[in-house]
Amino acid sequence: MTGVVQHAGKSGDMAAAGPEVRLDAEGLESRELNARVRRCLAEGAGAVDIRNICGHRYLADALDSPVDITLHGTPGQNLGAFMRGPRILVRGNAQDGVGNTMDDGEIRINGHAGDVLGYAMRGGRILIRGDVGYRVGIHMKAYADRLPIIVIGGKAGAFLGEYMAGGVIILLGLDTQYPAAPLAGRRLGTGMHGGRIFVRGQVPPELLGDGLLVDRADGEDLALIETQVRAWADAFGRDSDAALAVPFSRIRPASGRPYGNLYTGMD
Amino acid sequence: MPSFQFSDFFVECDEARCTRCRACERQCSYGVHAWDEAARRMTRDSRLCVGCHRCAALCPAHCLSIRRPDPGFRPNALWTPEILRAIGRQAESGGVLLSGAGSPVPKPSYWDRLLLDASQVTNPPMDPLREPMELRTVLGARPDRLEAGPEGRIRSLDSPVLVSEYPILFAAMSFGAISYNIHEGMARAAAELGIYANTGEGGLHPDLYAYGDRIIVQVASGRFGVHRDYLRAGAAMEIKIGQGAKPGIGGHLPGAKIDAEVSRTRMIPEGSDALSPAPHHDIYSIEDLLQLIRTLKEATEDSKPVSVKVAAVHNIAAIVSGIVRAGADMVVIDGFRGGTGAAPAMIRDNVGIPIELALAAADNRLREEGIRHRASIVASGGIRCSADALKAIALGADAVAIGSAALIACGCTLCGHCYTGKCPWGIATNQPELKKRQKPAEVARRLVNLVRAWGHEMEEMLGGMGLNAIEGLRGNRDKLRGVGLSRLELDILGVKHAGL
Repeated sequence: MTGVVQHAGKSGDMAAAGPEVRLDAEGLESRELNARVRRCLAEGAGAVDIRNICGHRYLADALDSPVDITLHGTPGQNLGAFMRGPRILVRGNAQDGVGNTMDDGEIRINGHAGDVLGYAMRGGRILIRGDVGYRVGIHMKAYADRLPIIVIGGKAGAFLGEYMAGGVIILLGLDTQYPAAPLAGRRLGTGMHGGRIFVRGQVPPELLGDGLLVDRADGEDLALIETQVRAWADAFGRDSDAALAVPFSRIRPASGRPYGNLYTGMD
Repeated sequence: MPSFQFSDFFVECDEARCTRCRACERQCSYGVHAWDEAARRMTRDSRLCVGCHRCAALCPAHCLSIRRPDPGFRPNALWTPEILRAIGRQAESGGVLLSGAGSPVPKPSYWDRLLLDASQVTNPPMDPLREPMELRTVLGARPDRLEAGPEGRIRSLDSPVLVSEYPILFAAMSFGAISYNIHEGMARAAAELGIYANTGEGGLHPDLYAYGDRIIVQVASGRFGVHRDYLRAGAAMEIKIGQGAKPGIGGHLPGAKIDAEVSRTRMIPEGSDALSPAPHHDIYSIEDLLQLIRTLKEATEDSKPVSVKVAAVHNIAAIVSGIVRAGADMVVIDGFRGGTGAAPAMIRDNVGIPIELALAAADNRLREEGIRHRASIVASGGIRCSADALKAIALGADAVAIGSAALIACGCTLCGHCYTGKCPWGIATNQPELKKRQKPAEVARRLVNLVRAWGHEMEEMLGGMGLNAIEGLRGNRDKLRGVGLSRLELDILGVKHAGL
């Protein structure tokens, strides 16, 4: 029970969504903290604000209410996995596995994030102010009216969008710790068979995986890019006009069935 | 250059008995049978036959027979006709050889070299028809120590477990690879028997959520149809790392098999390929596996056990030890005879090790390390009969999983062409005119019969050994003897040679 401060939010300003609850993660194990968050939501909290997050894992996993969660510090692995609904703001960096197999909701990271962010993500949006690690957006999918979106303000590691089957990744390359590095690591979009990756400016061809079409984004994609880049800029207090001042490259798979001719029957 | 072809099968029709009903033509999805209007008779192209026997089984006049012709090449033990043809196919297409069902090559079967014990004189056998027998099997983690409450009663276990009325589960087979009707039939049979079915990696159809308490929901690298409600619907969750028929690789379910219902269940667009990556990209280590296990437990508030399925490969004992230390409640070990809807033939026939050796080695290791109680072991991959299942349990398995045997119960004849999606038996297909050949109620009836029959046989064999509960056989290798096995094989299996 130590280290937890709970009090109702200012009455009136979140009446529809329930009160804001404040928690302190200091000294709490991940499991206990998650149980507490679930309890707060069960008791009707409309927002949860948690201080002293320090590597706590599995936060907000599989939560399905449209609650606002603010995390002060650096959350640990698999933040928001299987999540469907919450809006999470991370005031700090994030580790690996953010939004793993996420269904819906939004995660904003006011910092940098680690590897495999958005793995198999099916819906919702993840905005990252800065850089991301390896294999981000791997096997993202789109289904029916769900279109998962990842906006990366900085640069990405290798294998961005590998196996991508649907959804949208936007890579800006603006807010980065590595000014001298290329926009992304090797094998960008390798094995991609659906979805789109938009890159601010030109894509160095040596970064690309096989079987991809690259052109300049146009048509309806321009409105999509503008909406998402403005959302990114608004989330982190950046200049959206400057971010949109450069044309975007568009990366798409050349085939929806890149391995369709790989096999032959035994007999 | 002529295409290199020969017929695997020769389809013959006894013209005198043929009634020209044309059932064979309707039943064959490979186009072997055709009607010759001018001659008013059936004709056949044996080159197209896959040997599934659907036509012969459905012929009302019993006038069809299917034979294996001698392809007529000069006999050669090394360069068999199958090898010649495979090389020809690859020379023409440049393709990877694709195959379906479990490996047909003569891999060693240790089940056939292991024999069970029976009681004689010194300890009486028991008669299961008149004495109580228990096959009920609890799967999941056991506590490190038992604690008694104030009245001396044992406190209930805090880890969630599965309670199966037979030590037999239905193996993971995905909707998409097999038809909806088979999936529904398996779910219904599992519910009636009090055992468990497994979704495989293709999600759980919304209509089958009602059977969730008898279904293990799988989470594989493609994460198809995986979401919070799916995880919460199942009795347990299973992380699929590997499969005995194709260790080390992912899967490609072709877009042609993704119809409206498969699309809805996998939550991917109709007609799109379902590509499963070879690894889970969030699992590159035992520590990562621990994180996914904990993530699944967080997602279900610690209410369900988590299983991890791996293929039997080299160093399986160390792998299983790591899985148990990562917090898995169950480990499924799938041997190299395991079935599949589609696998590259080279991998199916050459990668992985026998389940018998893998199982014995893993059970040994967990015992040596004092962690055997932390997880149950399920053995699978070519379990053909109740005796195989009992031998697996004596070697250390808590239960077995049956896939091929369950499909054979529904009519599968192991023609091995599952990957074509044209299964004439309506099993490995999503084509409307084919899948309707299987009715869920009939599938359930046959599966219930099979498991009950195996259960009776298991009780007979257990009773014969003087045991009245399957628990008494679990890991009890003294009830096994080997025949014709080397000292090293016997050492790994932990059994004595027959005669000792």
